[in-house]
Amino acid sequence: MKRLLSIELQKITKNRSSKVLTIIYFLLLSLITLIASIEFDLGPIHINVAEQGIFNFPFIWHFNTYFADFLKIFLAVVIVSMMANEYSYGTLKQNLIDGMSKKEFIISKFLTVLLFAGVSTLFVFIVSLFLGLKHSSFTEISIIFSDLEYLLAYFVKLTCFFSFCLFLGILVKRSAFALGFLFFWFGVEKISYGILKFEVFKFKNSDVTFIDRIYDFFPLEAMSNLIIEPFSRLNFVKTLGNQVGIESVKDYSVHFSTIAIVVMWIFIFILTSYYILKKRDL
Amino acid sequence: METILTIQNLNKIYNRKVHAVKNLSFEIKKGNVYGILGPNGSGKSTTLGITLNVVNKTSGDYKWFDGAMETHEALKKVGAIIERPNFYPYMTAEENLKLVCKIKNIPFQKVEEKLELVGLIERKDSKFSTFSLGMKQRLAIASALLNDPEILILDEPTNGLDPQGIRQIRDLIRIIASQGTTILLASHLLDEVEKVCSHVVVLRKGEMLYQGSVEGMLSSEGFFEIQADDMELLESTLKNHPSVDKIITEEGKLLVYLKGTLEAKDLNLYLHQNNIVLNHLVKRKNSLEEQFLQLTNNN
Repeated sequence: MKRLLSIELQKITKNRSSKVLTIIYFLLLSLITLIASIEFDLGPIHINVAEQGIFNFPFIWHFNTYFADFLKIFLAVVIVSMMANEYSYGTLKQNLIDGMSKKEFIISKFLTVLLFAGVSTLFVFIVSLFLGLKHSSFTEISIIFSDLEYLLAYFVKLTCFFSFCLFLGILVKRSAFALGFLFFWFGVEKISYGILKFEVFKFKNSDVTFIDRIYDFFPLEAMSNLIIEPFSRLNFVKTLGNQVGIESVKDYSVHFSTIAIVVMWIFIFILTSYYILKKRDL
Repeated sequence: METILTIQNLNKIYNRKVHAVKNLSFEIKKGNVYGILGPNGSGKSTTLGITLNVVNKTSGDYKWFDGAMETHEALKKVGAIIERPNFYPYMTAEENLKLVCKIKNIPFQKVEEKLELVGLIERKDSKFSTFSLGMKQRLAIASALLNDPEILILDEPTNGLDPQGIRQIRDLIRIIASQGTTILLASHLLDEVEKVCSHVVVLRKGEMLYQGSVEGMLSSEGFFEIQADDMELLESTLKNHPSVDKIITEEGKLLVYLKGTLEAKDLNLYLHQNNIVLNHLVKRKNSLEEQFLQLTNNN
Protein backbone atom coordinates (compact mmCIF):
# COMPACT_ATOMS: atom_id res chain seq x y z
CA MET A 1 0.00 0.00 0.00
CA LYS A 2 2.87 2.31 0.86
CA ARG A 3 4.49 1.39 -2.44
CA LEU A 4 1.35 2.19 -4.44
CA LEU A 5 0.89 5.52 -2.69
CA SER A 6 4.51 6.50 -3.18
CA ILE A 7 4.25 5.71 -6.92
CA GLU A 8 1.22 7.93 -7.22
CA LEU A 9 2.62 10.74 -5.11
CA GLN A 10 5.74 10.83 -7.25
CA LYS A 11 3.57 11.21 -10.34
CA ILE A 12 1.71 14.13 -8.78
CA THR A 13 4.42 15.99 -6.91
CA LYS A 14 6.81 16.05 -9.86
CA ASN A 15 4.13 17.62 -12.03
CA ARG A 16 4.30 21.37 -11.73
CA SER A 17 0.69 22.21 -12.55
CA SER A 18 -0.64 19.58 -10.14
CA LYS A 19 1.65 20.91 -7.46
CA VAL A 20 0.60 24.52 -8.02
CA LEU A 21 -3.09 23.63 -7.99
CA THR A 22 -2.71 21.65 -4.78
CA ILE A 23 -0.86 24.49 -3.08
CA ILE A 24 -3.46 27.02 -4.20
CA TYR A 25 -6.16 24.72 -2.88
CA PHE A 26 -4.70 24.56 0.60
CA LEU A 27 -3.94 28.29 0.61
CA LEU A 28 -7.57 29.01 -0.24
CA LEU A 29 -8.73 26.58 2.43
CA SER A 30 -6.79 28.47 5.03
CA LEU A 31 -8.31 31.71 3.75
CA ILE A 32 -11.59 30.60 5.32
CA THR A 33 -10.15 32.29 8.38
CA LEU A 34 -10.53 35.61 6.58
CA ILE A 35 -14.31 35.28 6.69
CA ALA A 36 -13.92 36.40 10.27
CA SER A 37 -13.04 39.88 9.13
CA ILE A 38 -16.07 40.38 6.88
CA GLU A 39 -18.28 43.25 7.94
CA PHE A 40 -21.05 44.85 5.93
CA ASP A 41 -24.20 46.94 6.21
CA LEU A 42 -27.60 45.56 5.33
CA GLY A 43 -29.93 48.54 5.40
CA PRO A 44 -29.88 49.90 8.92
CA ILE A 45 -28.33 46.75 10.33
CA HIS A 46 -24.55 46.56 10.68
CA ILE A 47 -23.36 43.00 10.33
CA ASN A 48 -20.06 41.66 11.54
CA VAL A 49 -19.85 38.08 10.32
CA ALA A 50 -17.60 36.95 13.14
CA GLU A 51 -20.25 38.08 15.63
CA GLN A 52 -23.11 36.28 13.93
CA GLY A 53 -22.26 33.06 15.66
CA ILE A 54 -20.76 31.35 12.63
CA PHE A 55 -17.65 30.53 14.60
CA ASN A 56 -19.52 29.13 17.54
CA PHE A 57 -18.95 25.50 18.29
CA PRO A 58 -20.46 23.26 17.09
CA PHE A 59 -22.03 25.33 14.30
CA ILE A 60 -18.58 26.10 12.91
CA TRP A 61 -18.17 22.48 11.80
CA HIS A 62 -21.23 22.80 9.62
CA PHE A 63 -20.31 26.22 8.30
CA ASN A 64 -16.68 25.51 7.43
CA THR A 65 -17.21 22.10 5.86
CA TYR A 66 -19.92 23.63 3.70
CA PHE A 67 -17.65 26.41 2.48
CA ALA A 68 -14.47 24.40 2.16
CA ASP A 69 -16.39 22.14 -0.19
CA PHE A 70 -16.55 24.84 -2.90
CA LEU A 71 -12.79 24.60 -3.37
CA LYS A 72 -12.82 20.91 -4.21
CA ILE A 73 -12.82 21.70 -7.92
CA PHE A 74 -9.09 22.52 -7.69
CA LEU A 75 -8.24 19.01 -6.59
CA ALA A 76 -10.80 17.63 -9.01
CA VAL A 77 -8.73 19.11 -11.85
CA VAL A 78 -5.59 17.51 -10.41
CA ILE A 79 -7.28 14.11 -10.18
CA VAL A 80 -8.87 14.22 -13.62
CA SER A 81 -5.60 15.22 -15.23
CA MET A 82 -3.52 12.70 -13.31
CA MET A 83 -5.80 10.02 -14.75
CA ALA A 84 -6.21 11.40 -18.26
CA ASN A 85 -2.45 12.04 -18.55
CA GLU A 86 -1.77 8.35 -18.02
CA TYR A 87 -3.65 7.77 -21.24
CA SER A 88 -2.16 10.61 -23.26
CA TYR A 89 1.44 9.89 -22.18
CA GLY A 90 0.93 6.17 -22.79
CA THR A 91 2.21 5.58 -19.28
CA LEU A 92 -0.81 3.55 -18.23
CA LYS A 93 0.28 0.98 -20.79
CA GLN A 94 3.89 1.21 -19.66
CA ASN A 95 2.97 0.85 -15.96
CA LEU A 96 1.10 -2.35 -16.77
CA ILE A 97 3.96 -3.65 -18.90
CA ASP A 98 6.39 -2.86 -16.09
CA GLY A 99 4.45 -5.20 -13.86
CA MET A 100 1.68 -3.23 -12.16
CA SER A 101 -1.64 -5.05 -12.20
CA LYS A 102 -4.78 -3.23 -13.27
CA LYS A 103 -6.10 -3.68 -9.77
CA GLU A 104 -3.01 -2.11 -8.24
CA PHE A 105 -3.33 0.77 -10.68
CA ILE A 106 -6.87 1.56 -9.57
CA ILE A 107 -5.98 1.07 -5.91
CA SER A 108 -3.08 3.48 -6.18
CA LYS A 109 -5.39 6.11 -7.70
CA PHE A 110 -8.06 5.50 -5.08
CA LEU A 111 -5.52 5.75 -2.27
CA THR A 112 -4.59 9.18 -3.61
CA VAL A 113 -8.26 10.16 -3.62
CA LEU A 114 -8.54 9.04 0.01
CA LEU A 115 -5.37 10.91 0.87
CA PHE A 116 -6.60 14.14 -0.71
CA ALA A 117 -9.96 13.85 1.03
CA GLY A 118 -8.32 12.91 4.33
CA VAL A 119 -5.80 15.74 4.31
CA SER A 120 -8.52 18.24 3.34
CA THR A 121 -10.66 17.05 6.22
CA LEU A 122 -7.79 17.28 8.65
CA PHE A 123 -6.95 20.74 7.37
CA VAL A 124 -10.52 21.97 7.75
CA PHE A 125 -10.63 20.44 11.21
CA ILE A 126 -7.50 22.31 12.32
CA VAL A 127 -8.51 25.62 10.76
CA SER A 128 -11.99 25.39 12.29
CA LEU A 129 -10.64 24.42 15.67
CA PHE A 130 -8.32 27.38 15.60
CA LEU A 131 -11.06 29.80 14.47
CA GLY A 132 -13.53 28.40 16.95
CA LEU A 133 -11.18 28.65 19.90
CA LYS A 134 -10.60 32.28 18.99
CA HIS A 135 -14.15 33.41 18.29
CA SER A 136 -16.57 30.88 19.77
CA SER A 137 -18.76 31.86 22.70
CA PHE A 138 -18.65 28.29 24.00
CA THR A 139 -15.40 26.48 24.51
CA GLU A 140 -16.35 23.51 26.68
CA ILE A 141 -14.74 20.32 25.36
CA SER A 142 -18.06 18.52 25.07
CA ILE A 143 -19.46 21.30 22.90
CA ILE A 144 -16.32 21.69 20.80
CA PHE A 145 -16.37 18.05 19.82
CA SER A 146 -20.07 17.71 19.20
CA ASP A 147 -21.52 17.57 15.69
CA LEU A 148 -18.28 16.19 14.27
CA GLU A 149 -20.36 14.18 11.82
CA TYR A 150 -20.08 17.17 9.51
CA LEU A 151 -16.40 16.35 9.13
CA LEU A 152 -17.24 12.75 8.34
CA ALA A 153 -19.79 13.93 5.80
CA TYR A 154 -17.19 16.28 4.31
CA PHE A 155 -14.68 13.45 3.98
CA VAL A 156 -17.20 11.12 2.35
CA LYS A 157 -18.39 13.89 0.06
CA LEU A 158 -14.87 14.69 -1.16
CA THR A 159 -14.03 11.02 -1.60
CA CYS A 160 -17.13 10.49 -3.69
CA PHE A 161 -16.56 13.58 -5.80
CA PHE A 162 -12.93 12.70 -6.48
CA SER A 163 -13.90 9.11 -7.27
CA PHE A 164 -16.40 10.51 -9.75
CA CYS A 165 -13.59 12.57 -11.32
CA LEU A 166 -11.33 9.51 -11.45
CA PHE A 167 -14.07 7.52 -13.11
CA LEU A 168 -14.64 10.27 -15.69
CA GLY A 169 -10.90 10.48 -16.35
CA ILE A 170 -10.80 6.77 -17.11
CA LEU A 171 -14.02 6.81 -19.11
CA VAL A 172 -13.27 9.86 -21.26
CA LYS A 173 -9.42 9.69 -21.30
CA ARG A 174 -9.06 13.45 -21.88
CA SER A 175 -8.94 15.94 -18.99
CA ALA A 176 -10.82 18.74 -20.68
CA PHE A 177 -13.59 16.49 -21.91
CA ALA A 178 -13.84 14.74 -18.55
CA LEU A 179 -14.28 18.06 -16.74
CA GLY A 180 -16.73 19.13 -19.42
CA PHE A 181 -18.66 15.94 -18.82
CA LEU A 182 -18.72 16.69 -15.09
CA PHE A 183 -20.44 20.04 -15.70
CA PHE A 184 -22.67 18.46 -18.30
CA TRP A 185 -23.74 15.84 -15.78
CA PHE A 186 -24.41 18.52 -13.18
CA GLY A 187 -26.67 20.19 -15.73
CA VAL A 188 -28.39 16.92 -16.60
CA GLU A 189 -29.25 16.24 -12.96
CA LYS A 190 -30.55 19.74 -12.28
CA ILE A 191 -32.41 20.29 -15.54
CA SER A 192 -34.04 16.88 -15.77
CA TYR A 193 -35.12 17.31 -12.15
CA GLY A 194 -36.65 20.68 -12.91
CA ILE A 195 -38.40 19.45 -16.04
CA LEU A 196 -39.81 16.37 -14.34
CA LYS A 197 -40.94 18.11 -11.21
CA PHE A 198 -42.29 21.38 -12.54
CA GLU A 199 -43.17 20.70 -16.17
CA VAL A 200 -44.23 17.07 -16.33
CA PHE A 201 -45.87 16.64 -12.96
CA LYS A 202 -46.52 20.32 -12.13
CA PHE A 203 -45.50 20.09 -8.50
CA LYS A 204 -44.77 23.11 -6.36
CA ASN A 205 -41.26 23.87 -5.20
CA SER A 206 -42.12 23.35 -1.55
CA ASP A 207 -43.69 19.92 -2.11
CA VAL A 208 -41.49 17.00 -1.29
CA THR A 209 -42.49 14.47 -3.93
CA PHE A 210 -41.38 11.07 -5.21
CA ILE A 211 -39.29 12.95 -7.77
CA ASP A 212 -37.20 14.35 -4.91
CA ARG A 213 -36.96 10.89 -3.40
CA ILE A 214 -35.61 9.50 -6.69
CA TYR A 215 -33.20 12.34 -7.26
CA ASP A 216 -31.81 11.88 -3.76
CA PHE A 217 -30.14 8.80 -5.22
CA PHE A 218 -28.35 10.71 -8.00
CA PRO A 219 -24.64 11.14 -7.30
CA LEU A 220 -24.27 14.93 -7.29
CA GLU A 221 -27.62 15.47 -5.57
CA ALA A 222 -26.75 12.91 -2.90
CA MET A 223 -23.41 14.59 -2.35
CA SER A 224 -24.98 18.01 -1.93
CA ASN A 225 -27.58 16.57 0.43
CA LEU A 226 -24.81 15.50 2.76
CA ILE A 227 -24.17 19.00 4.01
CA ILE A 228 -27.17 21.37 3.74
CA GLU A 229 -26.53 25.09 3.32
CA PRO A 230 -25.94 26.70 6.71
CA PHE A 231 -27.03 30.31 5.92
CA SER A 232 -30.58 30.01 7.08
CA ARG A 233 -29.21 28.89 10.42
CA LEU A 234 -27.38 32.19 10.91
CA ASN A 235 -28.83 34.51 13.53
CA PHE A 236 -29.29 37.51 11.29
CA VAL A 237 -30.80 35.47 8.48
CA LYS A 238 -33.21 33.89 10.95
CA THR A 239 -34.14 37.32 12.21
CA LEU A 240 -34.72 38.56 8.68
CA GLY A 241 -36.75 35.46 7.92
CA ASN A 242 -38.91 35.94 10.96
CA GLN A 243 -39.51 39.56 10.01
CA VAL A 244 -40.82 38.63 6.57
CA GLY A 245 -42.72 35.70 8.04
CA ILE A 246 -40.77 32.65 6.89
CA GLU A 247 -40.43 30.07 9.57
CA SER A 248 -37.37 27.91 9.01
CA VAL A 249 -38.04 24.24 9.62
CA LYS A 250 -35.09 22.81 7.71
CA ASP A 251 -33.31 19.71 8.92
CA TYR A 252 -29.61 20.51 8.92
CA SER A 253 -28.26 17.33 10.35
CA VAL A 254 -26.18 14.74 8.48
CA HIS A 255 -28.24 11.67 7.69
CA PHE A 256 -26.89 8.19 7.78
CA SER A 257 -28.99 7.25 4.76
CA THR A 258 -27.36 9.97 2.68
CA ILE A 259 -23.91 8.82 3.71
CA ALA A 260 -24.89 5.30 2.70
CA ILE A 261 -26.02 6.47 -0.74
CA VAL A 262 -22.81 8.40 -1.30
CA VAL A 263 -20.64 5.51 -0.14
CA MET A 264 -22.55 3.32 -2.56
CA TRP A 265 -21.63 5.74 -5.35
CA ILE A 266 -17.97 5.58 -4.33
CA PHE A 267 -18.11 1.82 -4.78
CA ILE A 268 -19.90 2.15 -8.11
CA PHE A 269 -17.38 4.65 -9.46
CA ILE A 270 -14.31 2.73 -8.38
CA LEU A 271 -15.57 -0.69 -9.41
CA THR A 272 -16.80 0.60 -12.77
CA SER A 273 -13.42 2.26 -13.34
CA TYR A 274 -11.75 -1.07 -12.67
CA TYR A 275 -14.18 -2.82 -14.99
CA ILE A 276 -13.55 -0.35 -17.82
CA LEU A 277 -9.80 -0.64 -17.38
CA LYS A 278 -10.03 -4.41 -17.44
CA LYS A 279 -12.16 -4.58 -20.57
CA ARG A 280 -10.32 -2.01 -22.60
CA ASP A 281 -7.49 -2.84 -25.00
CA LEU A 282 -4.70 -0.33 -24.68
CA MET B 1 15.99 -25.82 -21.98
CA GLU B 2 13.90 -23.58 -19.76
CA THR B 3 10.77 -22.18 -21.35
CA ILE B 4 10.12 -18.51 -20.75
CA LEU B 5 6.92 -17.94 -22.65
CA THR B 6 4.41 -20.40 -24.03
CA ILE B 7 1.62 -19.28 -26.32
CA GLN B 8 -1.13 -21.77 -27.12
CA ASN B 9 -3.90 -21.36 -29.70
CA LEU B 10 -4.07 -17.65 -29.08
CA ASN B 11 -6.82 -15.68 -30.80
CA LYS B 12 -7.67 -12.02 -30.82
CA ILE B 13 -10.69 -10.55 -32.54
CA TYR B 14 -11.09 -6.78 -32.34
CA ASN B 15 -14.65 -5.46 -32.26
CA ARG B 16 -15.99 -8.83 -33.39
CA LYS B 17 -14.66 -8.13 -36.89
CA VAL B 18 -10.91 -7.92 -37.18
CA HIS B 19 -9.27 -11.26 -36.58
CA ALA B 20 -5.82 -9.95 -35.67
CA VAL B 21 -4.28 -13.14 -34.26
CA LYS B 22 -5.36 -16.55 -35.52
CA ASN B 23 -4.74 -19.66 -33.46
CA LEU B 24 -1.14 -18.76 -32.76
CA SER B 25 1.14 -21.11 -30.83
CA PHE B 26 4.85 -20.87 -30.17
CA GLU B 27 7.41 -21.11 -27.40
CA ILE B 28 10.22 -18.88 -26.30
CA LYS B 29 13.20 -20.74 -24.83
CA LYS B 30 15.78 -19.23 -22.57
CA GLY B 31 18.97 -17.90 -24.12
CA ASN B 32 17.83 -17.49 -27.72
CA VAL B 33 17.30 -14.32 -29.68
CA TYR B 34 13.93 -14.45 -31.39
CA GLY B 35 12.62 -12.33 -34.19
CA ILE B 36 8.95 -11.98 -34.92
CA LEU B 37 8.67 -11.04 -38.56
CA GLY B 38 5.63 -9.87 -40.35
CA PRO B 39 4.37 -7.04 -42.52
CA ASN B 40 2.56 -4.16 -40.86
CA GLY B 41 -0.73 -5.33 -39.42
CA SER B 42 0.26 -8.97 -39.19
CA GLY B 43 -0.55 -9.20 -35.49
CA LYS B 44 2.95 -8.81 -34.03
CA SER B 45 2.12 -6.00 -31.64
CA THR B 46 -1.22 -7.51 -30.72
CA THR B 47 0.44 -10.78 -29.76
CA LEU B 48 3.02 -8.99 -27.65
CA GLY B 49 0.30 -6.75 -26.18
CA ILE B 50 -1.66 -9.78 -25.03
CA THR B 51 1.31 -11.39 -23.31
CA LEU B 52 2.14 -8.04 -21.71
CA ASN B 53 -1.27 -7.62 -20.10
CA VAL B 54 -2.38 -4.58 -22.10
CA VAL B 55 -4.60 -6.28 -24.70
CA ASN B 56 -7.28 -8.79 -23.74
CA LYS B 57 -7.14 -12.13 -25.53
CA THR B 58 -10.29 -13.49 -27.16
CA SER B 59 -9.39 -17.13 -26.60
CA GLY B 60 -6.39 -19.37 -26.13
CA ASP B 61 -3.75 -19.16 -23.49
CA TYR B 62 -0.29 -17.93 -22.65
CA LYS B 63 2.01 -18.70 -19.77
CA TRP B 64 5.06 -16.92 -18.42
CA PHE B 65 7.75 -19.07 -16.80
CA ASP B 66 5.60 -22.21 -16.92
CA GLY B 67 2.68 -20.44 -15.31
CA ALA B 68 4.29 -20.37 -11.89
CA MET B 69 3.12 -16.81 -11.18
CA GLU B 70 0.47 -14.30 -12.15
CA THR B 71 1.06 -12.29 -15.30
CA HIS B 72 1.70 -8.97 -13.59
CA GLU B 73 4.21 -10.59 -11.20
CA ALA B 74 5.92 -12.32 -14.12
CA LEU B 75 6.11 -9.01 -15.97
CA LYS B 76 8.34 -7.64 -13.20
CA LYS B 77 10.96 -10.06 -14.52
CA VAL B 78 10.37 -8.99 -18.13
CA GLY B 79 11.70 -5.90 -19.80
CA ALA B 80 9.55 -4.63 -22.63
CA ILE B 81 9.44 -1.71 -25.00
CA ILE B 82 6.35 -1.32 -27.08
CA GLU B 83 6.29 0.88 -30.21
CA ARG B 84 7.29 4.21 -28.68
CA PRO B 85 8.91 5.10 -25.37
CA ASN B 86 6.28 5.99 -22.80
CA PHE B 87 7.47 8.08 -19.87
CA TYR B 88 6.28 11.03 -17.82
CA PRO B 89 7.52 14.05 -19.81
CA TYR B 90 7.76 16.28 -16.74
CA MET B 91 10.09 13.93 -14.86
CA THR B 92 13.82 13.62 -15.42
CA ALA B 93 15.40 10.46 -16.82
CA GLU B 94 16.49 9.41 -13.35
CA GLU B 95 13.08 10.08 -11.77
CA ASN B 96 11.36 8.09 -14.49
CA LEU B 97 13.63 5.12 -13.89
CA LYS B 98 13.11 5.36 -10.14
CA LEU B 99 9.37 5.23 -10.69
CA VAL B 100 9.83 2.04 -12.71
CA CYS B 101 11.91 0.65 -9.82
CA LYS B 102 9.02 1.35 -7.47
CA ILE B 103 6.60 -0.41 -9.80
CA LYS B 104 8.90 -3.41 -10.14
CA ASN B 105 9.54 -3.31 -6.41
CA ILE B 106 13.32 -3.20 -6.65
CA PRO B 107 15.95 -0.90 -5.08
CA PHE B 108 17.24 2.16 -6.95
CA GLN B 109 20.83 0.98 -7.20
CA LYS B 110 20.70 -0.15 -10.84
CA VAL B 111 19.46 3.21 -12.12
CA GLU B 112 22.93 4.74 -12.58
CA GLU B 113 24.41 1.57 -14.04
CA LYS B 114 21.74 1.27 -16.72
CA LEU B 115 21.88 4.96 -17.58
CA GLU B 116 25.61 4.46 -18.05
CA LEU B 117 25.03 1.44 -20.30
CA VAL B 118 22.79 3.36 -22.70
CA GLY B 119 24.96 6.45 -22.57
CA LEU B 120 22.53 8.80 -20.88
CA ILE B 121 24.32 9.32 -17.57
CA GLU B 122 25.18 12.95 -18.38
CA ARG B 123 21.55 13.69 -19.16
CA LYS B 124 20.07 11.98 -16.12
CA ASP B 125 18.77 15.24 -14.67
CA SER B 126 17.18 16.45 -17.91
CA LYS B 127 13.46 16.22 -18.30
CA PHE B 128 12.25 13.42 -20.54
CA SER B 129 10.42 15.94 -22.72
CA THR B 130 13.76 17.47 -23.79
CA PHE B 131 15.09 14.17 -25.20
CA SER B 132 15.44 13.31 -28.88
CA LEU B 133 13.65 10.20 -30.11
CA GLY B 134 16.89 8.21 -30.09
CA MET B 135 17.58 9.20 -26.48
CA LYS B 136 14.00 8.38 -25.50
CA GLN B 137 14.37 4.96 -27.04
CA ARG B 138 17.65 4.38 -25.23
CA LEU B 139 16.04 5.44 -21.95
CA ALA B 140 13.32 2.91 -22.65
CA ILE B 141 15.95 0.23 -23.04
CA ALA B 142 17.59 1.30 -19.78
CA SER B 143 14.21 1.08 -18.10
CA ALA B 144 13.53 -2.36 -19.54
CA LEU B 145 16.88 -3.58 -18.25
CA LEU B 146 16.51 -2.19 -14.72
CA ASN B 147 15.69 -5.55 -13.22
CA ASP B 148 18.21 -7.54 -15.30
CA PRO B 149 15.21 -9.21 -16.91
CA GLU B 150 14.95 -12.83 -17.97
CA ILE B 151 13.70 -11.66 -21.32
CA LEU B 152 13.80 -8.39 -23.20
CA ILE B 153 10.91 -7.70 -25.56
CA LEU B 154 11.42 -5.06 -28.22
CA ASP B 155 8.65 -4.03 -30.57
CA GLU B 156 10.01 -2.12 -33.57
CA PRO B 157 12.82 -0.56 -31.52
CA THR B 158 14.38 1.31 -34.41
CA ASN B 159 11.20 2.74 -35.87
CA GLY B 160 11.62 6.39 -36.79
CA LEU B 161 15.26 6.62 -35.75
CA ASP B 162 18.06 8.13 -37.84
CA PRO B 163 20.93 5.88 -39.02
CA GLN B 164 23.09 6.68 -35.99
CA GLY B 165 20.19 5.98 -33.67
CA ILE B 166 19.50 2.68 -35.42
CA ARG B 167 23.15 1.72 -35.10
CA GLN B 168 23.22 2.59 -31.38
CA ILE B 169 20.11 0.54 -30.67
CA ARG B 170 21.42 -2.43 -32.65
CA ASP B 171 24.76 -2.31 -30.87
CA LEU B 172 22.92 -2.26 -27.56
CA ILE B 173 20.79 -5.22 -28.55
CA ARG B 174 23.93 -7.12 -29.50
CA ILE B 175 25.63 -6.32 -26.21
CA ILE B 176 22.57 -7.43 -24.30
CA ALA B 177 22.22 -10.60 -26.36
CA SER B 178 25.89 -11.44 -25.79
CA GLN B 179 25.28 -11.31 -22.04
CA GLY B 180 22.88 -14.21 -22.41
CA THR B 181 19.60 -12.34 -22.07
CA THR B 182 16.75 -13.85 -24.05
CA ILE B 183 15.45 -11.35 -26.57
CA LEU B 184 12.23 -11.18 -28.51
CA LEU B 185 12.42 -8.66 -31.30
CA ALA B 186 9.38 -7.79 -33.39
CA SER B 187 10.22 -6.04 -36.60
CA HIS B 188 9.36 -5.67 -40.22
CA LEU B 189 12.98 -4.77 -40.97
CA LEU B 190 14.41 -8.04 -42.20
CA ASP B 191 18.08 -7.23 -42.22
CA GLU B 192 17.68 -6.19 -38.59
CA VAL B 193 16.29 -9.59 -37.68
CA GLU B 194 18.82 -11.39 -39.87
CA LYS B 195 21.66 -9.59 -38.14
CA VAL B 196 20.71 -10.20 -34.54
CA CYS B 197 18.30 -13.13 -34.29
CA SER B 198 18.92 -16.84 -34.05
CA HIS B 199 15.26 -17.86 -34.34
CA VAL B 200 12.31 -16.46 -36.23
CA VAL B 201 8.55 -16.61 -36.14
CA VAL B 202 6.94 -15.36 -39.33
CA LEU B 203 3.42 -14.00 -39.17
CA ARG B 204 1.04 -12.87 -41.85
CA LYS B 205 -2.50 -11.64 -41.20
CA GLY B 206 -2.41 -13.16 -37.75
CA GLU B 207 -1.31 -16.59 -38.91
CA MET B 208 2.03 -18.22 -38.30
CA LEU B 209 3.82 -19.19 -41.51
CA TYR B 210 7.15 -20.31 -40.16
CA GLN B 211 8.80 -20.99 -36.87
CA GLY B 212 12.36 -22.14 -36.44
CA SER B 213 15.97 -21.06 -36.67
CA VAL B 214 17.10 -18.34 -39.05
CA GLU B 215 19.56 -20.87 -40.51
CA GLY B 216 16.75 -23.29 -41.21
CA MET B 217 14.78 -20.64 -42.99
CA LEU B 218 17.72 -19.61 -45.16
CA SER B 219 19.24 -22.98 -45.93
CA SER B 220 16.26 -24.42 -47.73
CA GLU B 221 18.40 -25.81 -50.58
CA GLY B 222 19.53 -22.59 -52.26
CA PHE B 223 19.92 -22.13 -56.03
CA PHE B 224 22.51 -21.77 -58.82
CA GLU B 225 23.01 -18.89 -61.13
CA ILE B 226 24.66 -20.18 -64.33
CA GLN B 227 25.49 -19.11 -67.86
CA ALA B 228 27.01 -20.81 -70.92
CA ASP B 229 27.40 -20.00 -74.62
CA ASP B 230 24.66 -22.37 -75.67
CA MET B 231 21.88 -21.59 -73.33
CA GLU B 232 19.32 -23.92 -74.93
CA LEU B 233 21.56 -26.93 -74.66
CA LEU B 234 22.37 -25.94 -71.09
CA GLU B 235 18.71 -25.78 -70.16
CA SER B 236 17.77 -29.09 -71.75
CA THR B 237 20.77 -30.83 -70.14
CA LEU B 238 19.90 -29.45 -66.75
CA LYS B 239 16.32 -30.64 -67.03
CA ASN B 240 17.64 -34.22 -67.10
CA HIS B 241 19.49 -33.85 -63.80
CA PRO B 242 17.59 -35.55 -60.92
CA SER B 243 18.25 -32.81 -58.32
CA VAL B 244 16.89 -29.93 -60.38
CA ASP B 245 13.49 -28.63 -59.44
CA LYS B 246 12.82 -25.73 -61.82
CA ILE B 247 14.70 -23.39 -64.09
CA ILE B 248 14.02 -19.72 -64.60
CA THR B 249 15.67 -17.48 -67.15
CA GLU B 250 16.60 -14.09 -65.78
CA GLU B 251 18.78 -11.43 -67.42
CA GLY B 252 20.52 -13.91 -69.73
CA LYS B 253 21.28 -16.32 -66.87
CA LEU B 254 19.56 -19.43 -65.68
CA LEU B 255 18.41 -19.62 -62.11
CA VAL B 256 18.37 -23.29 -61.17
CA TYR B 257 16.34 -24.28 -58.14
CA LEU B 258 17.00 -27.62 -56.48
CA LYS B 259 14.98 -30.32 -54.81
CA GLY B 260 17.89 -32.19 -53.28
CA THR B 261 21.39 -31.26 -52.26
CA LEU B 262 23.84 -30.51 -55.04
CA GLU B 263 27.28 -28.97 -54.70
CA ALA B 264 28.70 -26.55 -57.25
CA LYS B 265 31.55 -28.85 -58.21
CA ASP B 266 29.18 -31.76 -58.83
CA LEU B 267 27.02 -29.65 -61.09
CA ASN B 268 30.09 -28.42 -62.91
CA LEU B 269 31.35 -31.95 -63.41
CA TYR B 270 27.96 -33.13 -64.65
CA LEU B 271 27.81 -30.34 -67.24
CA HIS B 272 31.39 -31.00 -68.32
CA GLN B 273 30.53 -34.62 -68.92
CA ASN B 274 27.72 -33.38 -71.13
CA ASN B 275 30.17 -31.16 -73.04
CA ILE B 276 29.02 -27.85 -71.67
CA VAL B 277 31.54 -25.27 -70.49
CA LEU B 278 30.21 -22.59 -68.15
CA ASN B 279 30.96 -18.87 -68.27
CA HIS B 280 29.36 -18.24 -64.95
CA LEU B 281 28.53 -20.40 -61.92
CA VAL B 282 27.41 -19.12 -58.54
CA LYS B 283 25.66 -21.00 -55.78
CA ARG B 284 23.40 -18.65 -53.87
CA LYS B 285 21.09 -18.78 -50.92
CA ASN B 286 18.00 -16.65 -50.64
CA SER B 287 18.41 -13.70 -48.34
CA LEU B 288 15.97 -13.60 -45.48
CA GLU B 289 14.15 -10.90 -47.35
CA GLU B 290 13.60 -13.04 -50.46
CA GLN B 291 12.69 -15.98 -48.30
CA PHE B 292 10.26 -13.87 -46.33
CA LEU B 293 8.65 -12.41 -49.42
CA GLN B 294 8.26 -15.90 -50.86
CA LEU B 295 6.68 -17.13 -47.67
CA THR B 296 4.25 -14.27 -47.33
CA ASN B 297 3.29 -14.26 -51.02
CA ASN B 298 2.91 -17.95 -51.71
CA ASN B 299 0.62 -18.98 -48.93
